[in-house]
Amino acid sequence: MTGSNPYGTAANHHVLSVLVQNRPGVLARVASLFARRGYNIFSLAVAPTEQEDYSRITIVVDLESATLEQMVKQLFKLVDVVRISELDPRNSVERELMVATVRSTPEQRGQIVELTNIFEGKILGVGPEALSVSLDGSPEKLNDFSELLRQYGIIESQRTGRVALPKLDRTARVRAVNQTKGKAS
Amino acid sequence: MKSNQQLTGAEALIKGLEQENVEVMFGLPGGCILPAYDPLIRSSIRHILVRHEQGAGHMAEGYAHVTGRPGVAMVTSGPAATNLVTPLCDAYMDSIPMVAITGQVPTSAIGTDAFQECDTVGITRSITKHNELVMSADDLPLAIRQAFHIATTGRPGPVLIDVPKDVLQNMMTWHWPTDDEVIDSLPGYKPTTKGHPRMIKEAAKLILESKQPILYVGGGVLKARGADALRELAELMNIPVVTTLMARGAFPDNHPLCLGMPGMHGTATAVTAMQKADLLIALGSRFDDRVTGKVSAFAPDAKIIHVDIDPAEQGKVRKPDVPIVGDCRLVIEEMIVALRDLMAGGMKPADISAWRSRVNGWKENFPLAYEPSEPGAALKPQFCLEKLRDASPEGTILVSGVGQHQMWSSQFWHFNEPYTWVNSGGLGTMGFSVPAAIGAKVGRPDKTVWAIDGDGCFQMTAQELITASVEKIPIKVGILNNSNLGMVRQWQEMFYDNRYSQVHFSESVPDYVKWSEAMGCVGIRVESPEEVESAIDKANSINDRPVVVEFRVAPTEQVFPMVAAGRSNDEIILQPSQENRRELLR
Repeated sequence: MTGSNPYGTAANHHVLSVLVQNRPGVLARVASLFARRGYNIFSLAVAPTEQEDYSRITIVVDLESATLEQMVKQLFKLVDVVRISELDPRNSVERELMVATVRSTPEQRGQIVELTNIFEGKILGVGPEALSVSLDGSPEKLNDFSELLRQYGIIESQRTGRVALPKLDRTARVRAVNQTKGKAS
Repeated sequence: MKSNQQLTGAEALIKGLEQENVEVMFGLPGGCILPAYDPLIRSSIRHILVRHEQGAGHMAEGYAHVTGRPGVAMVTSGPAATNLVTPLCDAYMDSIPMVAITGQVPTSAIGTDAFQECDTVGITRSITKHNELVMSADDLPLAIRQAFHIATTGRPGPVLIDVPKDVLQNMMTWHWPTDDEVIDSLPGYKPTTKGHPRMIKEAAKLILESKQPILYVGGGVLKARGADALRELAELMNIPVVTTLMARGAFPDNHPLCLGMPGMHGTATAVTAMQKADLLIALGSRFDDRVTGKVSAFAPDAKIIHVDIDPAEQGKVRKPDVPIVGDCRLVIEEMIVALRDLMAGGMKPADISAWRSRVNGWKENFPLAYEPSEPGAALKPQFCLEKLRDASPEGTILVSGVGQHQMWSSQFWHFNEPYTWVNSGGLGTMGFSVPAAIGAKVGRPDKTVWAIDGDGCFQMTAQELITASVEKIPIKVGILNNSNLGMVRQWQEMFYDNRYSQVHFSESVPDYVKWSEAMGCVGIRVESPEEVESAIDKANSINDRPVVVEFRVAPTEQVFPMVAAGRSNDEIILQPSQENRRELLR
């Protein structure tokens, strides 16, 4: 955790992009492996990829209890797991989406709208004493935005798990973990 | 192999098992699996009807242990599947190839809390190498082929196929997938078997440079059928060998280089040699806590070569200097080639003669020992095992339960051939031995199979002796009856100041002789040293039914040596008569 920010990406956070066969129960397999081995998941995003046989799971892991190497190796033992890459935040594009309902007096409304515009977010709804806003972007941008909203009072907020892909010149930069090395069991 | 042959899912299941060359399976029918039992009537597969599903699982394991072929168990849904949980976990921990087939409620009833429904795939997810709920009869052949492929390749393990009743009843068009179809269907499963040549060469250099090497051999060598290669490697370099609980028999106990078992109840020589080594060549072993003791104090000066087919084992407990992912047999063979090449190229192996004589000194001074019983006093369990060992035919398969009797069996037997020792190492499943021995005897009917059990273990699964009697599987069972949960008692004596809590059974019930006879076995009770040999000879001469020999042994006997849980291997507690020689263990 960075400072007081509950959403921050801390030094012990790593992003794993896990390509899996799109089969029933695959998420449960991954989740129960993490639970069984005492590994921490910070955030999780799952969706089918461009190929319908495969899904990509982006996991932000919290390396408090185990080494990344051990985590990756254990994950790779799952038969449905096809490939695992660690994405370095400096060399990847990362996005999250947040929606928030913020307390707002009529007088404050203009300030919040302005703030949202500066961050290129959207106003989703306006009520007499609150506003709903959404913002997508890098985790840091979302952190900054929610920090600024906090002074008005965040009634509720929800962030998605992180999705990430390597930056375009991938050959030199993707650190592929165990792509060719053995998986044995 | 496309065809227009129309089969029910049940027929396809049994036909698939036949295609996988399954000769025998262990099981018990019930509601949801009923359809599969009908085509079994005409099948070439022998089905052994067990008395409890746990028995089916352990029998499949025993069969796999001694044959190297996957054991197959088939049971129904719900409680039958949950009864299979222990053997599945046992097989997972000990890397035993096994295929389990469970019935499931019809697809339309899944999720409704139907009669005998449980989430079998969910429950067994973390204790199987892989599992699968098959939702269509057409998918059955591929699921079966995948299951056998996954169970037997890479690091072996149990695979479960859960089949809803309607899937067994529905019609399908028979199609047996080709090898390519199986491989293509599993893009995420590609076990590495061949070790990396550069790593192997690096390992060979370390071996040649080492002055105090030890071969730390685990069950992976047996799984890889690597005993011959191991022996060649050990003899080529004259490196002493320790064989873990899962590897007993991988290297002959009567070989001068053999130091016996390491670990919590290992020989003082094996434990100490690992502590003092400058190089551990770990072959298919996983640095289990029962071997390492306190990890931070384990083999502090040793470099580590770690050969394992499962990359996740490397660095899990101890970071290796040279990790090699691969099949133990193939890697050992390549290692031998690399060593020969380096030596032919002029590299001289370090002189290990001083190390050898030091190790041999420990062997002489710290043999496994026990105090013989006083005249008229209760039998010693170790004495019974020695007599049994000496009176049984060469190559006898020994199958143990879990506890003191397991440790004494591992210590006092002489395992000179691979695949003659079957036990529950990782999970430590009490009640393993009787059903596992039955499975072993089914797999190797030509061998004498002795189950060594404690009275605590025996009472957990003894009912499978009825299966053995009815199916004419003539195993022999030796119960070391101390009327106690002996290992727990030992810990209470040593670590809880003799405060015995819930470890005492009963001297009078059950009557093991009557109980055995009621199950169709011959029952023999032995109470004094003079009766031991004749009872064993009698048991060995009976081959038309199971025999149970109850040895009434001293409850106070303890297993030595011992490294207390969590302590350093340097703090090994020696057999009391050897404590005065402790300073020689340097």
